[in-house]
Amino acid sequence: MAENIKLEIVTPEKSVVSEEAKIVMAPGTLGEFGVLSGHTPFMTGLKLGTVRYVDTAGKERFVFVSGGFAEALPDRVTILAESAERRKDIDIERALAAKARAEDRLSKAGDDDVDFTRARAALTRAIMRIRLAETPRV
Amino acid sequence: MATLKEVQLKISAVKKTKQITKAMNMVAASRLRGAQSRMVGFRPYASKFEAVLGSLAQSAGEGSSPLLIAREEIKRTHIILCTSDRGLCGGFNTNLIEKAADLAQEKIAKGIEVSFTAFGKKGRDWMRREKRTMVDQHLGVVGGTFGFNVASTSGRRMVTGFLENEYDEVIIVYAEFLSMARQIPVIKQVLPIPPLEKADEALQADADAPYLPEHITEPSPEALLGELLPKSVDVQIYRALLETSTSEHAARMMAMDNATKACNDIIQSLTLAYNKARQAAITGELMDIVGGAEALKG
Repeated sequence: MAENIKLEIVTPEKSVVSEEAKIVMAPGTLGEFGVLSGHTPFMTGLKLGTVRYVDTAGKERFVFVSGGFAEALPDRVTILAESAERRKDIDIERALAAKARAEDRLSKAGDDDVDFTRARAALTRAIMRIRLAETPRV
Repeated sequence: MATLKEVQLKISAVKKTKQITKAMNMVAASRLRGAQSRMVGFRPYASKFEAVLGSLAQSAGEGSSPLLIAREEIKRTHIILCTSDRGLCGGFNTNLIEKAADLAQEKIAKGIEVSFTAFGKKGRDWMRREKRTMVDQHLGVVGGTFGFNVASTSGRRMVTGFLENEYDEVIIVYAEFLSMARQIPVIKQVLPIPPLEKADEALQADADAPYLPEHITEPSPEALLGELLPKSVDVQIYRALLETSTSEHAARMMAMDNATKACNDIIQSLTLAYNKARQAAITGELMDIVGGAEALKG
């Protein structure tokens, strides 16, 4: 078994994850990618979505990230995201409220409105959070 | 000489003021701890961000984004002024506003139009009073618990304004937190983005990361840089807001500490005056009694 890689997920507010992982999978702008130890130096933008990794105990973990970018080096992966939450930290109530709010705003805003784009982005974020929080745990 | 009653009232008034200043000092101290821990929490993100940006800029080359190119002729400058919402923090806001006013004066003297964005009520009030062009205002941010989205909303607006030639440069004025006792107003250019630190210098800042300049990037370095540069504006603004918030609490703590000390001094001198006056009254009464007794004997 190959060595572990160090995974770090940081947001402007705090460091969300900092631990060893066996494999990390992240949603790149050009498609999902997986990183194992010994990866070629690699850098990419990230889409809104879920970062998955397998921790040293072999358990799969999920972290919601809202965009940002990732850098992979042979021994580490660093993810800089504007916001990130582990699955267990997702506040479902808040996400549901955000979803309702965004839907409400969408129904009111005009098509080419800045509000429209923003509300749609907010809606996507809320839906992704809810979906991740509701996926059955293995 | 004030009467006994008057001095007594004065003492109790000063004591009440002291209670307030002391409480404000303690509130500021606890908020300061929060603000400081947020600053510390932001550091890993900021340093990593700069390192990545530096190496990308190197591989993409200078002038690869319009955000990096300085305009030859500057006609319109935009100043973002960060101040606090509330007063009672010594010369904190005055210093910041003075710095911004000097900067604006300098620009106006060169025939440049100046517009403002205000973070914090004190700065906004000043702009209103002086009838400056205020494009945007954000209250309830500095000193509170704001998220990164405040900075990114404002950052997006700055980038759009810059690209659409509304402004030829954007400058931010904020208070840098040096220590508990020292916070200085500083001026930083936000747009065009000042020349980036090269990867080697960034490497020294983040020594434990073995940095290899040859990255595979996805999409191209130029495209990735185009995505990251606007974000670096947000990072700058966010940092300025964090610094200003921390500075505000530190400044208020100092100001309230000084006020509490001044209250102590006043209480002491008033108590002295009170005791003197009381003693004088007692002596006076004694003299009366003695005088009366002497007269009866006589």
